[in-house]
Amino acid sequence: MSNEINVPTMASLFAEGKQPEVLFWVGCAGSFDDRAKKITKAFVKILNKANVNFAVLGTEESCTGDPAKRAGNEFLFQMQAVTNIEVLNAYDVKKVVTACPHCFNTLKNEYPGLGGTYEVVHHTQFLKQLLEEGRITMEGGKFKGKRITFHDPCYLGRANDVYEAPRDLIRKLDAELVEMKSCKTRGLCCGAGGAQMFKEAEKGDKEINIERTEQALEVQPDIIAAGCPFCNTMMTDGVKNKEKEASIAVMDIAELIASADDL
Amino acid sequence: MQYISQIIFTLILIAGIGYFASNVKKLFRNIKLGKDLDVSDNKPQRWKNMAKIALGQTKMVVRPIAGFLHVIVYVGFIVINIEVLEIVIDGVFGTHRIGLHVLNKSVYGFLIGTFEVLAVLVLTSVIIFWIRRNIIKLKRFWSAEMTGWPKSDGNIILYFEVVLMCLFLLMNATDATFQNLGSGNIVSQFIAPLFEGMSEGNVHMIERTAWWIHIIGILVFLNYLYFSKHLHILLAFPNTYYGKLIPKGQFSNNEAVTKEVKLMMDPSADPFAAPAEDAPVPEKFGASDVTDLSWVQLLNAYTCTECGRCTSECPANITGKKLSPRKIMMDTRDRLVEVGKNIDANKGTFVPDGKQLLGDYITNEELWACTSCNACVQACPVSIDPLSIIMDMRQYLVMEQSAAPSDLNNMMGNIENNGAPWPFNQQDRLNWANES
Ligand code: SF4
Ligand code: SF4
Repeated sequence: MSNEINVPTMASLFAEGKQPEVLFWVGCAGSFDDRAKKITKAFVKILNKANVNFAVLGTEESCTGDPAKRAGNEFLFQMQAVTNIEVLNAYDVKKVVTACPHCFNTLKNEYPGLGGTYEVVHHTQFLKQLLEEGRITMEGGKFKGKRITFHDPCYLGRANDVYEAPRDLIRKLDAELVEMKSCKTRGLCCGAGGAQMFKEAEKGDKEINIERTEQALEVQPDIIAAGCPFCNTMMTDGVKNKEKEASIAVMDIAELIASADDL
Repeated sequence: MQYISQIIFTLILIAGIGYFASNVKKLFRNIKLGKDLDVSDNKPQRWKNMAKIALGQTKMVVRPIAGFLHVIVYVGFIVINIEVLEIVIDGVFGTHRIGLHVLNKSVYGFLIGTFEVLAVLVLTSVIIFWIRRNIIKLKRFWSAEMTGWPKSDGNIILYFEVVLMCLFLLMNATDATFQNLGSGNIVSQFIAPLFEGMSEGNVHMIERTAWWIHIIGILVFLNYLYFSKHLHILLAFPNTYYGKLIPKGQFSNNEAVTKEVKLMMDPSADPFAAPAEDAPVPEKFGASDVTDLSWVQLLNAYTCTECGRCTSECPANITGKKLSPRKIMMDTRDRLVEVGKNIDANKGTFVPDGKQLLGDYITNEELWACTSCNACVQACPVSIDPLSIIMDMRQYLVMEQSAAPSDLNNMMGNIENNGAPWPFNQQDRLNWANES
């Protein structure tokens, strides 16, 4: 696997008078979380391979404000939003792709009301499009016969009705897609949404991610696929808690595709 | 003599409908205690949702058993009510089975025959419902919030249905005119023989009694609705019409906040300028009592059927946390009813009672357990949005009371200072690109 990746920034393209096809919104987790950084890189590798003309904001990116808003701090959220929108509009951004469903939801749904309207797609939708356009191919059959189950991120699925793009990609991997008992519209939250990622859970009988991991284990997967850095962390912790990390991998869809293509 | 019963009937009818109407007026007033919300957009989609979700019961059948039984009771209820029309006309004008006079005999027979079959189907469904609630003890009917009144309310409705259906069949079985017709008595013909030995006068007495109790029962039932979760048979329609149309993940942007943020970000604004004379008193951010919620949220509360589908899908509830979205809705309704009674008792104005929705009904612990996953919103068969109330109350906790859990305060501090929920420097945002 090569580690050479090419990550242009909006500022540098702008200096050259260029405008990328799409802005890759990395998100806080994708920028700072060690596990999520791997997802970010896997996605960039695919973008590089497919010759997608993209750019990131880099140090000009800031939190979308999603966790602040879900925690109830509307003021902080709007401050973040307005600041980000100023940057995005200054670069005349038209299309945004992100690997984080929380960023996706906020940018797509909540920014327009504050003056920021863009075409926002989730990376699974973008990857599916690349595949359909023949800009990436998936061969090799590395995952042939592997049992993969997909955990629906609430902010991608129920919140925005995106259920099929990630599943289509898994099917294209020649893998066997197995569904958990709660999936799609009835999927179970990983426990991280609504700013729960950043606090202790309230008292209960069990952690939500453990419950969800148990549902996943029931279908005996080789891989638990996710499409959200937070879900990824929660499910990884759940698998560790069940001491199954040796036999079951938790992987983002972008990582699956990058690895199928040996990127 | 004939006239006396007609007069009595008409009086009972007027009283029944009048009392109901006065309660409906109260209902409207209470809902209007909520804040204004403009929901006049996208009418075609709204009508479509109402047709699909309320009329078509599309969300009920997500759970096939309960859904199927509910559809039977629902269809039965509506169709059999056509029979009530005949009863009312007969009662007011002193006729007997007016339908027989205006309709073709075979049409009439077909209609009543259908009603009889439906009555039996409804009876069966209602009995299964009762068994599910009381013998199988389905978990969602035995949660913490389902004790006392909510629990008996569910059963009372079932008993009502049983009695009304039985009376309907009994009324038909003991009606000589109808039985002699020999058509339409599909079910009642098997009940009729029970009365064969009796004198004609006694059978007639039974028929009249069943007839009277039936119509009075229906009027009582109508008036019971206002006090019961069964109000959903009426409110499901407006509620699905006014339900959320935008993506579930899209939470509204609080406009009062937008104004402040714009001011803060506007470099030309004079921070020391005195507020304009006519500037409205700054609104309270978020919700701590029912009057801070929108009227749609209050309509939601009255519409809630207490079915618990939301709660049984809620990840927080599934894992034993205190939060139950159904309880959020029930609390909101209870508080609203309390506020309404307060207004009634004080000649039309609300006299502060030292209570509010937050704290006295809903605890912070419940509110902080929510993952905002929308499972409850998805599950609700009548388009209720418990999540919106939870989020509004969180907004109050954070923006008015600074009462967020300390971990969240740290997170918010980080966003404010570093532009990320973690304590990392914004200047390091692109470091991943160069790390191996
Ligand atoms: S949105 Fe909140 S209340 Fe609704 S199901 Fe999810 S955690 Fe429960
Ligand atoms: S909010 Fe909806 S799903 Fe929940 S109990 Fe009420 S009617 Fe049922």
